[in-house]
Amino acid sequence: MSKKMFMKGNEAIAESAIRSGCKAYYGYPITPQNELTAYMAKNMKKLGRVFIQTESEITAINAVFGSAVAGFRAMTSSAGTAMALKQEGISHLAYLEIPAVIVDMMRGGPGLGNILATQGDYNMATKGGGTGDYHVIVLAPNSVQEASDLTRLAFELADKYRNPAMILADGTIGQMIENVEFMKPIAPEDLPTPSYALTGCEGRAPRKAEPKNSAQELEEHNIALQRKYDICTANEQRFEEIMTEDAEVILVAFGSVSRMAHEIIAEAREEGYKLGLFRPITLWPFAEGAFKKIIHNAKAVVVLEHNAGMLTRDIRMYVNEICPVYYHGRMGGSIIDMDVVSEKIKSIIDNNGKDWRELDGQQGLWKTY
Amino acid sequence: MANKVYGRPISLNEKQFTYCPGCGHGVCNRLLAEVIDELGIAGNTIGVSYVGCGGMLYDFYNIDFAFPLHGRAPATATGIKRVRPDKIVFSYQGDGDLAAIGTAEIIHAATRGENLTSLFINNGIYGMTGGQMAPTTLIGQKASTCIDGRDPSYHGLPIRMSEMIAQCDGACYVERVSVDSAKNISAAKKAIKKAFQNQIDGKGFSLVEIVSPCPIGWNLSPNDAYKRITDEILEFYKPVVFKDTISE
Repeated sequence: MSKKMFMKGNEAIAESAIRSGCKAYYGYPITPQNELTAYMAKNMKKLGRVFIQTESEITAINAVFGSAVAGFRAMTSSAGTAMALKQEGISHLAYLEIPAVIVDMMRGGPGLGNILATQGDYNMATKGGGTGDYHVIVLAPNSVQEASDLTRLAFELADKYRNPAMILADGTIGQMIENVEFMKPIAPEDLPTPSYALTGCEGRAPRKAEPKNSAQELEEHNIALQRKYDICTANEQRFEEIMTEDAEVILVAFGSVSRMAHEIIAEAREEGYKLGLFRPITLWPFAEGAFKKIIHNAKAVVVLEHNAGMLTRDIRMYVNEICPVYYHGRMGGSIIDMDVVSEKIKSIIDNNGKDWRELDGQQGLWKTY
Repeated sequence: MANKVYGRPISLNEKQFTYCPGCGHGVCNRLLAEVIDELGIAGNTIGVSYVGCGGMLYDFYNIDFAFPLHGRAPATATGIKRVRPDKIVFSYQGDGDLAAIGTAEIIHAATRGENLTSLFINNGIYGMTGGQMAPTTLIGQKASTCIDGRDPSYHGLPIRMSEMIAQCDGACYVERVSVDSAKNISAAKKAIKKAFQNQIDGKGFSLVEIVSPCPIGWNLSPNDAYKRITDEILEFYKPVVFKDTISE
């Protein structure tokens, strides 16, 4: 580790990518991730690496494919509606098993939405926003430090599984300034040339990053991909749990919203309300086994997110009706009111896990399952 | 001892081309292989294929190849060349790929002056998907999506990519050639070779547009398809050097 720096999340991700041996970055302007592109523009050229502000997000992800298939770590970043443009390229990387890192600094949706922080790309990221049966490894940081650490991890997991990996954060994480310590830098030249790399076939058989055209070839390839995803699911689940041992109500939140959950839990505990937190760090693969263990004795699960309940739908599946699941979320860049949430959760505990009446829509969306 | 005057280029493998009878892609693929052989660059070259009939070419060469998404070959080729500037990187695209869905990518790769070689096969039709109108389909030409012939007032006009790309300041060499006659095939090979030599010399972006027949898509016999190029198409798509900053 190096000395502490005071940086924006967007810049910390860029610096971490540079220190992770990222050889090429391609990006197109969109708020709220512009500082990341600007940081790359400032530093990649100086280091003799590649930076191109491309004519579109589509060109960016397809140039990432080029640099990655040539054997180097490559990255692009975007947000919201523009991430949607990259999905075909991400699906193609998964298809041809070429690693790359993609950063989604989520903004308001649907469509052009707005530039404010939300978590509305959860489904697009974790369910595969492109065509076919594939998964992207999705990492959700809740601090600038973790944004940096997970960027290094994203490159490592992408290489390990020959699969795209994504940093899924929001404008809050991208724009906030915090202390961060960076890992030891790796130069692109220090990394081994991968076995699939197109380098010119002098002295070896030609390599092809090629499609699988027949039914048999594509089915076999898909089965192999699914087996790979099973291995990744078994090995790469990451999560944080806080005071879950005796918790009567388990809060579930990822990324920036989990920091509000930390405060809600700390304050409620002072009043004797036993709350705990389950925070998925890998949104895919989800830490299903650990989560099921944690909720075993809970009276209720409360999911907080800045979308209309995308994570909640998955949580309901894992809870499988062993206890009530409540959802509260806000959209469009509005922020969850911690006092309102706190009162609601206390009433759940007072009512033995039940009876959460609907609130005014002005305070966001509430649902009881 | 007999003197062998014609054989399979060594940069082609033993696989047979899968193209339809009379298709121009076979000629274009062969010319590309001859040029790679003559320049001695097979071991140092990375090809970028495309989505369309000729896209299968990745399977026929003894060289490294990437298969990109539809229209994105110039973006993927850029990504390869920028991290491996000592390798020879070329893209091979059809007219649906380069002149429709991938227009932005080719224009900007040319404008940035990427040190790449781009081969553009113009046969005026979507062959792989069954004969739809291409951006390069001529006025009056029939296709499955302009069944009474291309009507400019309804379907719009055909596009001239080489003329457009020659306007991009980053392009150093743009030529349109044809494979309709032995003489023109010979000229096409010279143009392809020059486009590769430019890259070897670090001169920047070169594009060779090759007017090529699609007998099935045009509903013509192979002979009539070649004749149509000579009689009709080269009137509109003139075989001309549009730009050559190297020889000037």
